[in-house]
Amino acid sequence: MTSSQNGSNGQGKTGTWTLKTGLAQMLKGGVIMDVVTAEHAKIAEDAGAVAVMALERVPADIRATGGVARMSDPEKILEIMEAVTIPVMAKCRIGHFVEARVLEALGVDYIDESEVLTPADEQFHVGKHDFKVPFVCGARDLGEALRRINEGAAMIRSKGEAGTGNVVEAVRHLRAITSQIKALVDLDESGLAEKAREYRVPLELIKRVAKDQRLPVVLFCAGGIATPADAALMMQLGAEGNFVGSGIFKSGDPARRAKAIVEATTHYTDAKLIAEVSRGLGEPMRGISLETIPAAERLAVRGW
Amino acid sequence: MSKIIPSSSLGGKTTANARVGVLGLQGDFAEHLSTLRRIGADAIDVRRPEQLDDIDALIIPGGESTTIGKLAARYEIIPKLRERVREGMPVWGTCAGAIFLAKDVPGHPHPLAAVMDIAVERNAFGRQVDSFEADLDVKGMSGEPYHAVFIRAPKITKAAKDVETLATLDDGSVVAARQGKLLATSFHPELTRDDRFHRLFLSLGKR
Repeated sequence: MTSSQNGSNGQGKTGTWTLKTGLAQMLKGGVIMDVVTAEHAKIAEDAGAVAVMALERVPADIRATGGVARMSDPEKILEIMEAVTIPVMAKCRIGHFVEARVLEALGVDYIDESEVLTPADEQFHVGKHDFKVPFVCGARDLGEALRRINEGAAMIRSKGEAGTGNVVEAVRHLRAITSQIKALVDLDESGLAEKAREYRVPLELIKRVAKDQRLPVVLFCAGGIATPADAALMMQLGAEGNFVGSGIFKSGDPARRAKAIVEATTHYTDAKLIAEVSRGLGEPMRGISLETIPAAERLAVRGW
Repeated sequence: MSKIIPSSSLGGKTTANARVGVLGLQGDFAEHLSTLRRIGADAIDVRRPEQLDDIDALIIPGGESTTIGKLAARYEIIPKLRERVREGMPVWGTCAGAIFLAKDVPGHPHPLAAVMDIAVERNAFGRQVDSFEADLDVKGMSGEPYHAVFIRAPKITKAAKDVETLATLDDGSVVAARQGKLLATSFHPELTRDDRFHRLFLSLGKR
């Protein structure tokens, strides 16, 4: 896992595991915002976002529109890359390694192999070690997180249920990951070997997580954050930063809400400050109760 | 490795009891804190201006300089930091932290501390796919070359006369420099196990 290197340039080795995981370390304590236009991207950067996710439609609109959701038009992504100086991420479909190569060729800084888009392969995720660009992937539990890391994901996020403005699934996924990491402490050698089989990952990876009591990569929260208090909640539950999708640009006052979510993510234990930044923010996105979403329309179950 | 740089002192204190702050607004501050603790410093996470009075030295970590600058301005950390720099407190910026310290950063959209007489170009080597690892010879650092990690790194393009260059890449790009008690590096010593740069920083306190 630590040996991957993808070429070199005039200065030195490129595409190493340290460089891939390192960029995610630089994003910690920050908010990554979904944007669909260069104008959105500037609002996000100005609000203090650490990175933006360039999309054609935010998840709430993908959910509303239906049909097959694919990688964004490269033209859109390039416009956003030109508009801001912070890192730009973009999504490819699960298993669609050609979309991933296209995004790498465009020069995006991180690829999200995302369940929000329609999966392209029902058997394989992208083999991410072979890329120079780093990948972030979603997970609902520790096994899923470790399978993605083993494939080369250099950053993990909870899946949550994107485009709902409802944090309940993100809370469930984050709690599952952190409690399953804690549970490894009590296991002996054979117990760890059993877990490695159950999670379908190498024993060394399990041992490392058991010893460090954390994932070997940065863990963010994603899926349903709509308010500053949501963002702080996820940080208190163990997220190292937040992805906010539809929650910002589907709200009444995106610029103010974006800034408030950034501040609540930094000062996540300071309830007084969170109260202050939450005052008079206007309408949050409306949101969807999970019980009303038919099983076939749930995004989190995509991937394995 | 611990023998290469002599044990140091800060404001009359030894490394073992110096209190070193790491600006914890955003970025990889936890990595700096753990390196500092490993070499025996009393390291604290700093998020409020009044905490700057309780520390003997400060590190500005890697992260996004626009985010760090904005949050530092909003929580009134910048005026207090400038005051502490005038009083001679050592400050070290890594990557985004180096941008935060520089007086001249062309095109930077947000406020910065602007305390060090250097000009810094952001993302000077390109985007993430151009990030790289390289070995450096560092002035005053004996032993093997220093293995440095550059992530969407800046470089120092101009410097006042009293700024000392500590390391350059093969193409001549300046990637580490010191001005009095201010230290700037384009790369991330907090991401490797080599603690020589952290020891070098702690030694600035007694110069």
